[in-house]
Amino acid sequence: MSDLLTLTGVHTHIGRYHILQGVDFAVPEGQVTMLLGRNGAGKTTTLRTVMGLWPASRGEIVLAGERIEAGTTPDIARRGVGYVPESMAVFSDLTVRENLVLGARDRDLDDARLDWIFGFFPALKRFWLSRAGSLSGGQKQMLSIARAIVEPRKLLLIDEPTKGLAPAIVMALIECLKEIKRRGATILMVEQNFHAARELGDTVLVMDNGAIVHRGAMADLAADVALQERLLGLSLETHQ
Amino acid sequence: MSDTATSDALPKPKRDLLPVLLPAAFALLMLPLVGSASSWATLLAASLAMGMMIFIMASGLTLVFGLMDVLNFGHGAFIAVGAYIATLVFLPLAGWSQADSLLTNLAVLVPAAVLAMGVTALLGLFVERVLILPVYGQHLKQILMTTGGLIVAEQTLYALWGPQIIPMPLPASLRGSFIFGEVAVAKYRLLAMLVGLAVFIAIQLVLNRTKIGLLIRAGVENREMVEALGYRIRRLFLGVFMVGAALAGLGGVMWGLYREQVHASIGDELTVLVFIVVIIGGLGSVGGCFIGALLVAMVANFGGFLVPKLALVSNILLMVAILMWRPRGLYAVTSR
Amino acid sequence: MMILSGDPPRSRLLAVLLIVIVAMLVLTPWLFPGAKAMNVAVKICIFAVLVASYDLLLGYTGTVSFAHTMFYGIGSYAVAIALYAMGPSWAAIGTGIVVGLPMAMLLALAIGLFSLRVAAIFFAMITLAVASAFQVLASQMSWLTGGEDGRTFRLPELLRPGTVLIDKSAFGFEINGRTLTYYLVFVVSALLILALLRVVNSPFGRVLQAIRENPFRAEALGYRTVFHLTYANCIAATVAACAGVLNALWLRYVGPDTSLAFSIMLDILLMVVIGGMGTIYGAIIGAGIFIIAQNYLQTLMGAASSAAADAGLPLLPGLLHPDRWLLWLGLLFIASVYFFPTGVVGRLRRPKAGAA
Repeated sequence: MSDLLTLTGVHTHIGRYHILQGVDFAVPEGQVTMLLGRNGAGKTTTLRTVMGLWPASRGEIVLAGERIEAGTTPDIARRGVGYVPESMAVFSDLTVRENLVLGARDRDLDDARLDWIFGFFPALKRFWLSRAGSLSGGQKQMLSIARAIVEPRKLLLIDEPTKGLAPAIVMALIECLKEIKRRGATILMVEQNFHAARELGDTVLVMDNGAIVHRGAMADLAADVALQERLLGLSLETHQ
Repeated sequence: MSDTATSDALPKPKRDLLPVLLPAAFALLMLPLVGSASSWATLLAASLAMGMMIFIMASGLTLVFGLMDVLNFGHGAFIAVGAYIATLVFLPLAGWSQADSLLTNLAVLVPAAVLAMGVTALLGLFVERVLILPVYGQHLKQILMTTGGLIVAEQTLYALWGPQIIPMPLPASLRGSFIFGEVAVAKYRLLAMLVGLAVFIAIQLVLNRTKIGLLIRAGVENREMVEALGYRIRRLFLGVFMVGAALAGLGGVMWGLYREQVHASIGDELTVLVFIVVIIGGLGSVGGCFIGALLVAMVANFGGFLVPKLALVSNILLMVAILMWRPRGLYAVTSR
Repeated sequence: MMILSGDPPRSRLLAVLLIVIVAMLVLTPWLFPGAKAMNVAVKICIFAVLVASYDLLLGYTGTVSFAHTMFYGIGSYAVAIALYAMGPSWAAIGTGIVVGLPMAMLLALAIGLFSLRVAAIFFAMITLAVASAFQVLASQMSWLTGGEDGRTFRLPELLRPGTVLIDKSAFGFEINGRTLTYYLVFVVSALLILALLRVVNSPFGRVLQAIRENPFRAEALGYRTVFHLTYANCIAATVAACAGVLNALWLRYVGPDTSLAFSIMLDILLMVVIGGMGTIYGAIIGAGIFIIAQNYLQTLMGAASSAAADAGLPLLPGLLHPDRWLLWLGLLFIASVYFFPTGVVGRLRRPKAGAA
């Protein structure tokens, strides 16, 4: 299987801070790659750097065979990258419908695809014409994901989707993401909830201090409690 | 699209209507103070006309700020340039403009307005690329650059047209008034109201019914996410900037006709009013800008009638009062 | 200088420049006793103070105020009205100062507390609005201010041109009340600039710079940014009012055009940016360059304009007309914000930045 996204020696500076210090990894096509690590390890920065929201100061980022590290955010998005940021970033002044209209960049909203999305997130159908700002946190997260998948994307970058959500909603999210994966999407996902990560992940990357410190199959990490303990400490246990 | 889904579960978001009632309340309050109903109505008409003209000029400024956090101190230059460009059409075609036929008059008025808007839009393109793009994201330099732009534009107008005041008489069919009972409303004021209202409705329709409008509203809230969805917001911004400049140009033409004269200093003069309107309305809010323009015009007209000495200071008092009530203006749009 | 021109430290060049300017200002009454040269020299002194006080705001805190001429005007009007109403006495000057300076300070305090609390961007817009309203107010209250005509008044005996202090026979020049006023303006200006230099190099000045660099960080470190900005605004306003006092004393006249006009505000902006923001010294350089250009460049442009007219060139005569000198300064202003935002002083102080 070929790699859809590869990062080679990527460094990112934010102001005077050197956040990413040589990040190397590959995201295989059609798989879910989990990016784990403690807070401040550089996970969010990695996603933002891929998205072009923070410029890489050094290194190479290749998406589907083409260099993108110098591209602007809209150009990178137009190459088929969907982004679900940590803060969800739904447009709270717009309705649910209007948020999804903006998610559908190239065409009008497709009814069949909407029905598919409503299957996972019925709340979005119920609040179709409500302002996104009036939704609950979980519903906003659903909307944010729905906005990223309302058109098919090659690669989805998802930043901690389960953060602060009730367990039932987390289950629904996991089901949805599994289904998206089944449809052939490639996903790079930051996750603190190890349960969710184990459910979804094919491969796993662990970051610390701005670099990848472990990479391998999710199943291996899931089976090896000692390794989990060493790499991830207690930070993940609390979510189990 | 099937939207028969039940949407009763959520309470409707509360519309903040208090600011909307403000101009109406103010107008009613003035009625007993003015005394005579007919002068009250005349003053109200003058306020509405002036308010609409200021709104047209200010709307672009507030949108540009809301969308990209860019404050253009040279916005007044577009107003002045628009007015001067209109004289290019009005003066050679004075015969048509003063002919006693609405159609002939419009044959001057419409091309003048269109030309003014076209030129100011192009000037907007130039200003955005040359003055704003290089210092994008730096407020201090933005203010300095655009202030410098204002000086240069004003001086260029003096160099090209000379320092004298240029008369720009109203077309013949826009002179005089319509009489409604005891109330006389100048025809031109009615036109100004209609144009202003049309611009307001057009902006609202674009913002609420088109994808570009959605993008602008989304961009005001979260620029970064709009880009992450694959939209080139810089182009959108350039477009908004040009439209804002064109609207300022249109406002300049209308103001020039209202005063029946044109001078480069109208840029400075109106910048202050436009700023007060934009601050009162809340930076970035078109609705707030609309209400702010009405309030400023009412305070100017009624204030000028009741306490002539206070005329210009009254706007400052209005601004202070509004900001005491809502420190970020009537409708605070951005969290910036 | 010829020997040093191979590799002079840029800061030394700046020092030389400053020494030359100051020396010229000291010697003006002897070297160029004509009225025009004296006026130019006084204007440089007064504007150096005005611009330096503005630099405290713009350069050191990064806030743009459009109300600086208002404070300048308050100082001018306070002294002028006092002298006009109370007659030419030192008590009148004292009254003007005692009323004018606190008034400027309190108004600055009010504006600062009112607008800095929300967002710095508001400050620029609100000061613009307030200043324009003040201008209208000053021209409307003609019973007090003389309206558009302004007020002409007389100075105390000692400062009048007719008062000969030292006869021509002593040194070969006459030292009269005018010369004395000149040195009064010069000395007070120098003291004010030295005081401002002291302020910006104090811990307070460093907090201001910290706020300019990163307001959030400064706030996080425990500095009340609003308090500091308002304080800086008050100091700047008071010093501007002092400059206004000097202006009124020299001109023996006050009116909207000489002390309140928006064009003065633009002049100040141009001077501070061309001289160099955040340096104080830039004020002296900026005021020097600008005022000399204002007074002598126009003659040059006039000649160029008529030459262009004679040659039958289109447009150029209009663009080069002496009244259009602001057009070129506006372009220079934009170019300097863009290409050398640190101004002349910034350039001179940084040896690496290109060949001067």
